[in-house]
Amino acid sequence: MPAFSSALRSDDPPLLTTWSAATPQRGYALATRLYPWFGWAAVVLCTLGLFVGLVLAPTDPHQHEHYRIAFIHTPALWLSVAIYFATAIAAGCSLARRQRFLSMFASALAPTGAMFAFLALWTGSLWGKPIWGTWWIWETRLTAELLVLFLFLGYIALQEAIDDARRADRASGLLALVGAFGLPLLYFSIIHWSAMYGNAPRGLAAPGNPIITMGLLLMGLGLFAYTVAATLARLRNVILKRERNSEWVARNFGARS
Amino acid sequence: MNWSGWSEFWSMGGDGLYIWNAYLVTIVVILTEIGVIALTRRSILEHLGRYAKIALKERKPRNEDSGF
Repeated sequence: MPAFSSALRSDDPPLLTTWSAATPQRGYALATRLYPWFGWAAVVLCTLGLFVGLVLAPTDPHQHEHYRIAFIHTPALWLSVAIYFATAIAAGCSLARRQRFLSMFASALAPTGAMFAFLALWTGSLWGKPIWGTWWIWETRLTAELLVLFLFLGYIALQEAIDDARRADRASGLLALVGAFGLPLLYFSIIHWSAMYGNAPRGLAAPGNPIITMGLLLMGLGLFAYTVAATLARLRNVILKRERNSEWVARNFGARS
Repeated sequence: MNWSGWSEFWSMGGDGLYIWNAYLVTIVVILTEIGVIALTRRSILEHLGRYAKIALKERKPRNEDSGF
C-alpha cells in the first residue's frame, strides 16, 4: 500500500468523469483505498445478522428452526443473480465502448457470483430436503439458478482458456450477454407455461416478523459489502496481471522481490 | 431469546445438521475465496518483481494505454 501513493498523481486521467476515461491505474488506486472499508462493513453487518438470525429471531410456526437457512440462502440467491447481470452489463459496455477497465471489472465480479450461485443451490437443497422430501427437483427457479452457475463457470472458463485478453473479453462477454437475455426469457417462459405442467414456484412465504426481516436485511447488506470487497480485491489482481507490461506497474511493483 | 442452553442451540430443534451444514459450507467457501485472492496477489507480485528486472534492463516500457 505505501508503494501506491505515487500512483494517485493529479496528472492521471480521472476514473469516473466518463467511463471511457477510466484507466486501470486509477481503478487500482481506488480499489486499494475502498476494499478494506467494505471488508470491515461486511464483518460487522454479517456478525450482527448472524446474531439476529440465529439467536434473536423467533421459531417459525410452520418450519420451526429450519427456516434459519434462509439467512444465507436468500441473500446468496439474490446476489448471484444481481452479480450475473452486473457482470453482463460491464462486459457488454466494455464490448460496445472498447473499454478495457470495465472488462477487468466484469472478470473480477464473476468468481464471487459463481460462489454465491453455488451457495444458493447448496443451501437451497439443504432447505428442500426435509420440506420437499428431495434434494433436488427440476423446478423453475432451481433450474434457472443452476443455469446462472453454469453461465458463470462458462464465463470464467472462457476467460482462463484464451490467452489474449482482448479475445477472451470478446468471447466471454458475448456469452455473458447471451445469458443475460436468455435467463429472463427462460424464467418467464417457464412461469408462463408452468400452469400446464403443475410446476408453479413454491417456497417460503414472505416473512411477516420484523426481527426475521431485520436479520435478512443485515445478512443481505453484509454479503453485499463482502461482494464489493472481494470484487475490488480481485480487481487489483486482474489489473496487475493484465497491465504487467505498463510503466506504472513496473515503477510501483517491480522493485519488490 | 429462544434458547435456554447451548445444547438446545446446537440441535436447532432437530434441524441442526441441515442448518449447521449450510452455515459451515458458507464460511468455508468464503474463507477459501479470500485465501485464493491473497495467494494470487502474492504470486503476481513475485512474478512482477522478477519480470520487471528483466523488462527494465532489456526494453523500453510500453505505453500503458496503447492497447484495446
